[in-house]
Amino acid sequence: MTSFPILTLLVLVPAAGALAVAAFSTRRPEWTKLLALLSSVFTGALSVWLVVAFDKSNADFQFVSKHLWIKPWGISWHLGVDGISLFLLLLTGVLFPIVIAGTDPHQNHRRYLAWMLLLEAGLMGSFVSLDLFLFFVFFEIVLVPMYFLIAGWGYEGRVYAATKFFLFTMTGSAFMLVGVIATAFLAKGRGPLTFDLIELAKADFATSTGRWLFFAFAVAFAVKVPIFPLHTWLPDAHTQAPTGGSVILAGVMLKLGTYGLLRFGVFLFPEAARWSRSLWLTLAVIGIIYGAIAATMQKDLKRLVAYSSVAHLGFIVLGIFAMTSQSMTGGVMQNINHGVSTGALFLLVGMIYDRRHTRQIADLKGLQKVAPIFAGVFMVVMLSSIGVPGLNGFIGEYLVLIGSFLTARWWTVVAATGVILAALYLLWAYQRVFHGEPDDANRTFPELKLREAAVLLPLVGVIVFTGVYPKPMLDRIEPSVKRLIEHVTEKTNYVEPQPVAVAP
Amino acid sequence: MLDVVWLIPALPLAGFVLILLFGRRLGDPKAGYLATLMCGAAFAVTVGVFFDLLSKRTEQRSHIIRMFSWVPVGSLNVDLSFLADPLSITMCLFVTGIGTLIHLYAIGYMHGDPRFSKFFLYLNLFALSMLLLVLGENMLVTFLGWEGVGTCSYLLISFWHERESAATAGKKAFVTNRVGDWGFMVAMFFAFQATGTLSYGGINTAAHTMAQSTATAIALFCFLGACGKSAQLPLYIWLPDAMEGPTPVSALIHAATMVTAGVYLMCRISPVLGAASSYAPTLIAVVGAATALFAATIAVAQNDIKRVLAYSTISQLGYMFLAVGSGAYTAAIFHMITHAFFKALLFLGSGAVIHGMNHEQDMRRMGALRKVMPITAATFIVGWLAIAGVPPFAGFWSKDDILLAAYDKSPVLWAVGLVTALLTAYYMTRQVIMVFYGKARWDDAHDEHGAHGDFHPHESPAIMLVPLVVLAGLAIIGGGINLPFSSRTEKLAHWLEPVVGGHESLTGKVSLAVIAAVVALIGIGAAIMIYAQHKAKPIEPRVLQNGWYYDATVRRFMGGPGREAFDAVAWYDATVIDGAVNGVGRLVRGTAQKIRTVQTGNVRNYAAAIGVGVVLLLAWFVVVRGNL
Repeated sequence: MTSFPILTLLVLVPAAGALAVAAFSTRRPEWTKLLALLSSVFTGALSVWLVVAFDKSNADFQFVSKHLWIKPWGISWHLGVDGISLFLLLLTGVLFPIVIAGTDPHQNHRRYLAWMLLLEAGLMGSFVSLDLFLFFVFFEIVLVPMYFLIAGWGYEGRVYAATKFFLFTMTGSAFMLVGVIATAFLAKGRGPLTFDLIELAKADFATSTGRWLFFAFAVAFAVKVPIFPLHTWLPDAHTQAPTGGSVILAGVMLKLGTYGLLRFGVFLFPEAARWSRSLWLTLAVIGIIYGAIAATMQKDLKRLVAYSSVAHLGFIVLGIFAMTSQSMTGGVMQNINHGVSTGALFLLVGMIYDRRHTRQIADLKGLQKVAPIFAGVFMVVMLSSIGVPGLNGFIGEYLVLIGSFLTARWWTVVAATGVILAALYLLWAYQRVFHGEPDDANRTFPELKLREAAVLLPLVGVIVFTGVYPKPMLDRIEPSVKRLIEHVTEKTNYVEPQPVAVAP
Repeated sequence: MLDVVWLIPALPLAGFVLILLFGRRLGDPKAGYLATLMCGAAFAVTVGVFFDLLSKRTEQRSHIIRMFSWVPVGSLNVDLSFLADPLSITMCLFVTGIGTLIHLYAIGYMHGDPRFSKFFLYLNLFALSMLLLVLGENMLVTFLGWEGVGTCSYLLISFWHERESAATAGKKAFVTNRVGDWGFMVAMFFAFQATGTLSYGGINTAAHTMAQSTATAIALFCFLGACGKSAQLPLYIWLPDAMEGPTPVSALIHAATMVTAGVYLMCRISPVLGAASSYAPTLIAVVGAATALFAATIAVAQNDIKRVLAYSTISQLGYMFLAVGSGAYTAAIFHMITHAFFKALLFLGSGAVIHGMNHEQDMRRMGALRKVMPITAATFIVGWLAIAGVPPFAGFWSKDDILLAAYDKSPVLWAVGLVTALLTAYYMTRQVIMVFYGKARWDDAHDEHGAHGDFHPHESPAIMLVPLVVLAGLAIIGGGINLPFSSRTEKLAHWLEPVVGGHESLTGKVSLAVIAAVVALIGIGAAIMIYAQHKAKPIEPRVLQNGWYYDATVRRFMGGPGREAFDAVAWYDATVIDGAVNGVGRLVRGTAQKIRTVQTGNVRNYAAAIGVGVVLLLAWFVVVRGNL
């Protein structure tokens, strides 16, 4: 079973789909859509199968496939999955069919779908690459379709937003490229040149070298997350992107940042990550509070959700650099939960836009009265985003906080006030949009349609299930997180603090 | 019977799911009956569990029922499990018991509402959450219920969400509660770090071995959570506004059950509170006493029938915290139970009045209603006597216990409690007179409106009156569960002893009890003189009508400087941070524009530049590096 190259397929199936869609006749839009849907559903099925077949007792990389690619440089097609990336693959695999089935571009289906599938291939590739060079390639591939999706199918300010997005991320990538090459060459003393992540993680860099290299990577990922103050591309990109783009952007793409920090930042340069933790913890907490406050004052519903992402991602960064089993597991989980909840929120906001052609909170009123089911779904998703226990959002956030408290007490106490602000900005927005007596413009707001319900139902199901029974997820994430912490312990003098145990 | 404790929350959960799926088809009133049935079944199971526990020996009355592993990560291992012990089952008994009565009442009250089934959907969800809260074996399960009841409270306060005030009140309740929830969360973090567990058993066992500062931190952060949920100073502001919700909600959530969750939590972690620095319980007692007095002063000047009761609830909850701070946990629980009886009764009574008055809530437009609503009036009067502390009604006994404990703690606290008792008797008498006695003022009122020429208030249907009568009975005899005559009659104290610890017998302090009863009668007498016999002018200064302007001040701060600060952050983000980004962009573009002029396309210019470059490079190698 392990010989079956499932990870390679996860990359190749959507890539092939993209090619096929691009090559298909423009005159048959319904066939291109079916084709795109098929390849994304097949990819999704593969990702589900991957989770089922994943061995939760094994903390190491699984389903590894390794083929030498560019021999003189030691670059290989090296793929593998562990608990940290597993659910990101599932999230990617599930969100794409939902987006493709649930949203329609206003023009040129064929190119839109081709870009979408290429995006999926790039994302899948990023999450499974165990080779620095390969990762960099995928990381860059992702930018191109997203740029075109925003610029081609976005809203009024799309060109500005797309350019900003591209420049921000490219600047980060430039640092990373230097980092990737320098890491490989500076670790060369150990043997032949290699870009292999696992080999490089064994290298010992001089303290200052490690720190410089770490920062080269960290800047690229900090832009992606985004970490305050590098976040301003995000509200524009999220707001201007078409609904499908926003869902993928918030749901999956931001996770490249947090995932990268874990997989490449902390794993390759534990000393530097430990050394600079106060900086990251502080920026994370600022992001949580600042993002929430900025979200509160937004007048555009999509911008509000975008700023809420800054706050939610802050929790993940806090969890990563607090470096306890709970905080890191919580962070990895929050990756997924945020993807599901915020993805659903963007879908819902997109549905509002489709109906009313506005995203302005002030233009909407009293929707709960005319569309109670729509409002009910929005309510559940919103409560998940607020972090009400029993729904998925709480589990990740709570684990981050309780774990971080062990190593970063006062940061955590301040970060926890984010839960108050989350309630404030979402409930206030909900009140203005859904409560009250609908005015003339909103009185004819249509109720949730069957297709929309079919798209949202799986996400709501995940929201409830994960909140009530997160154990299957936690069981698969935790061993890999533990292994990462052990790796940090090996390389530095860090020992994960444990709470004082008492007899039960 | 003990192994089916899970049924207690599972039954309302089943009701919730069924109404979610079939609520619209069931409609009015079947959805209501289904919800009531589920809550009633939960009550039946609770009674069974209660007798099962009762039949066991004292030290065996604590059972953990583990459902499944909920959040297991590393050293953190939280199960979804229930704790059935005297405290939790006592809570369950009155939550499900009173809950069932209020469900039943709501079938009548909500009849005809277009969202009838949704109301019962929320109501069952609330019952589920509340039962999780009290049955939780660890702090996280309690927190699950804690946030759940908060969410239901939000949904139900803003149930009539077309009304702007209702929507705002719901949001205010949720956000204010979240301030307290933050405290609860931090308390959990401290507890986990100090004990490695979140289960009450583990935390309470470790209470005496952990650092005193840690115990203090856990206790005080929990208390902050309790202040939010149980509407104490300074977080009480959401509760008066919560009266925007339908009256059964006010009775169930904002009087009898949810708002007592804070008191329950403090009793649950009583060993930790005992191990904390002595200023912690003192602080709790002082906050409780201050809230009790503060809210009572506001209640004397309110004209809205429900707002009087809301402030009264805040005040009575203050009593319970006074008891907790004085170490009298049994008294706190005792008052919680009797208060649930009579305050649910009073709220449901006020609901019957509002119902019969076509949604009029202003007491100045009522009067003489005892003639048209005899049963409502009679039961309301029972509630009044109970809350006023007239013996032998339920409230007298429980309030007396608290005052005695407060006296032991400090005579000053006792005096504050006594003044509050005086005010309580006074404002409740005022309410009873304004609503049920005196002249009928509703005729004029409605003539002014011109809406109903011949408006007739009416008595409520039987389905609403049955709960009133049952609760009235409980408000009369409820004190019987813990009479201070001898050790044998203090049944509740013995029952709770394994959880909240031994208590000092309160028998024999008759003089204090007599003083309390006399004070209650003075309060009643004063109110009769002013409002019935008009021998003196009412004392209703504007400052009290406006609740000491506390809420207004908070609101002005939030709408003013608070909002400006938030706006400043948004402005900073758009102008400074994003401005810097755009500035860099402009700079690059501007520079590029200028540099572009260098690219003339003229070969001679390029050649010249190359020549100059070569010369400069050569010069650099020769002069600086000195070799070539």
